[in-house]
Amino acid sequence: MKFSIERGALLKAVAQAQSVVERRNTIPILANVLIEAEGSDVQFRATDLDIEVVDRAPAQVERAGATTVSAVTLNEIVRKLPDGALVTLSDNAQSGRLTIEAGRSNFSLATLPREDFPVMASSEYSANFGAKAAVLRRLFDKSKFAISTEETRYYLNGVYMHVAERDGGQVLRCVATDGHRLARIDAELPPGAEAMPGVIVPRKTVGELRKLLDEDDMEIAVSVSETKVRFATPAITLTSKVIDGTFPDYTRVIPQGNTRRLEVDAADFAKAVDRVATVSSERSRAVKMSLDEDRLVLSVNAPDSGAAEEELAVAYGDERLEIGFNAKYLLEIASQVDRENAVFLFNSSGDPTLMREGNDETAVYVVMPMRV
Amino acid sequence: MFEGPGRCPACRRPRVVTHPELFDLTIAHMDCDAFFASVEKRDNPELADKPVIVGGGKRGVVSTACYLARIKGVRSAMPMFKALQLCPDAVVVRPRGDAYAAASRAIRAMMDELTPVVEPLSLDEAFMDLSGTQRLHGAPPAVMLAKLVKRMKDELGLTGSIGLSHNKFLAKVASDLEKPRGFSVIGRAETVDFLRPRPVGLIWGIGPAAQESLDKAGIRTFEDLHRWEKQDLEDRFGGMGTRLWHLARGEDARRVSANAPIKGISNETTFHEDTSDPDILDGHIWRMAEKVSGRAKAKDTAGRIVTLKLKRANHKQITRRHSLHHPTQVADTIYRTARALFDQVEQGQAYRLLGVGLSELSPASEADREGDLLDPDAAKRAEAERATDRIRARFGSDAIMKGRALR
Repeated sequence: MKFSIERGALLKAVAQAQSVVERRNTIPILANVLIEAEGSDVQFRATDLDIEVVDRAPAQVERAGATTVSAVTLNEIVRKLPDGALVTLSDNAQSGRLTIEAGRSNFSLATLPREDFPVMASSEYSANFGAKAAVLRRLFDKSKFAISTEETRYYLNGVYMHVAERDGGQVLRCVATDGHRLARIDAELPPGAEAMPGVIVPRKTVGELRKLLDEDDMEIAVSVSETKVRFATPAITLTSKVIDGTFPDYTRVIPQGNTRRLEVDAADFAKAVDRVATVSSERSRAVKMSLDEDRLVLSVNAPDSGAAEEELAVAYGDERLEIGFNAKYLLEIASQVDRENAVFLFNSSGDPTLMREGNDETAVYVVMPMRV
Repeated sequence: MFEGPGRCPACRRPRVVTHPELFDLTIAHMDCDAFFASVEKRDNPELADKPVIVGGGKRGVVSTACYLARIKGVRSAMPMFKALQLCPDAVVVRPRGDAYAAASRAIRAMMDELTPVVEPLSLDEAFMDLSGTQRLHGAPPAVMLAKLVKRMKDELGLTGSIGLSHNKFLAKVASDLEKPRGFSVIGRAETVDFLRPRPVGLIWGIGPAAQESLDKAGIRTFEDLHRWEKQDLEDRFGGMGTRLWHLARGEDARRVSANAPIKGISNETTFHEDTSDPDILDGHIWRMAEKVSGRAKAKDTAGRIVTLKLKRANHKQITRRHSLHHPTQVADTIYRTARALFDQVEQGQAYRLLGVGLSELSPASEADREGDLLDPDAAKRAEAERATDRIRARFGSDAIMKGRALR
């Protein structure tokens, strides 16, 4: 195998590969990227056995072939090469080394045979559809903060992507929760997605997927089966196993009867919460919201560190209410609001609170209060 | 009565302590005098000449009485109504925990300047080991301790009594000899003679029950204790017997250990016979979780990390831990977390021991403040548990229990 490739294109492909490879490195070949050169393309393939990413880049291929080298080392080398350099990679069957040449730099890396590289079995997908990058980006960006890290509830360690009913129609929906807060984001159902089984997309996959979604109008090909999900652009294919578990019935978590309505400028609110939370105890981060007619007082009282209070002008017409929240959760949901005011719907100080942007029902957040 | 530098201007007691071993002794016990009441008097000068009782609250017992009230017979832990019968003109003050804690911290800081080896027993008393500090301070421990109580009086307006001896047991006995504002020394040479006529109730940790069993054996004083052979004491009193034999001779090998805050709470149980029955193991998980929770509640603390410990028949030990988002002291949460950990270990194994632990402790006020969206019943279970706790507080720990605790 021998090919030459522009340093920028190589770096993009190798960087993606090295972020997927297994860090713990129990199986040596999983630390490697599989490089396959054929025709006018080179493919870079990396996997941790749960996720596989394949990156294609145009290159001048002199001699077709394939080999595997350490993804992390290759990434480091390419990163340090000068911008615009032309990089030539060639393998030597006798020495078992991969040579990397760029200008006057010359590297030689140990390789492992391509036959040992585990390639994810291809499978049948029960639904294939296309979605704009901007749509998927909104679905996952606005929900991923609520993904749980609790290993005992592994089925919460991802975003539940599924088809749901809303207002008599069907939507493509992403839900994530860790038991303290929940995000439910809807998008128009793309044609072809109707038969999609609901899948829990793991946290790491959500992170890798994000790298495919930078260009708003890029059409992403999505394929879903009971056990796998695939996202593809012309250059990159990301395939991932989904979490083998049942996502809990989140619909009963979303309060329907909350009537006490607070409307507040989300940015002002977030800044005020952030300010008063400065003195809250590191562990609990508790912030109290005291609501009275068109008035919101945010306060923190931490016996060990101090106290803080800030008043905000808001729209609130219901009876007085005092309710406590974890400041971190308030900040996270407030930061999801970017166009209109944040609307909170409360019931009592012990019941889950609902938050949305204006009257937009396509992005709904639920947060559990805490005792203050 | 003459005035002079050799006598205390307040009580006219001789202020000079002389003792042949004075500058050789290094183990000290500092005990504040009527600590809570003294803090109250300091903060409210109107109380200075009045009998003050700190206490009240739900249980209505005396927490601390000042020395004026003690003259009338008021004692700690006495029911408030009885205290007021004895001392009707007493001013009853509600405890102000924060003020006492702040005063305690200030005293602790002063003790820390004397030696790194300070072992607090409570807010108002501590052991100190001043071995090897003479070169550091350029003065023997006795002098530094005298300076400590003077600083406490001058800077904090609080008085304390010092006991100085060659071990913890005697230092604690000594600090109590001349309260308040006492400074007592028990040297090696007179230790045995000093103890001989005194009642064994002097020993810290001998409560009414132990006293009664000693009484039955005819042991009232250290003299009585001396007549017993070590083996006989051990046969009759077990481990406590060994300790009594040594204490009778003024020997106490316990070291002053610098404050190691409790890192965790754990309980474990070894089964009569190894078991792999998941129902039985589940019952033990619940029982241990409940014990751990009970101790956390008693210490007013909560923990964020739940640990499950299992020992196989071949003594191979397995531990699993899980970090919760927020600290808990609720048995139900501890149980559910430990149970989830149990479900992750290989099933069908036989075990000989099971333990549950709680660590990364924080104050109880931080605990269980947040519900679980996905488990709306958790709040109800926690409330049920609090109701159970209240029933047990009134009727005893066996008054109510879960079915699974009986397995």
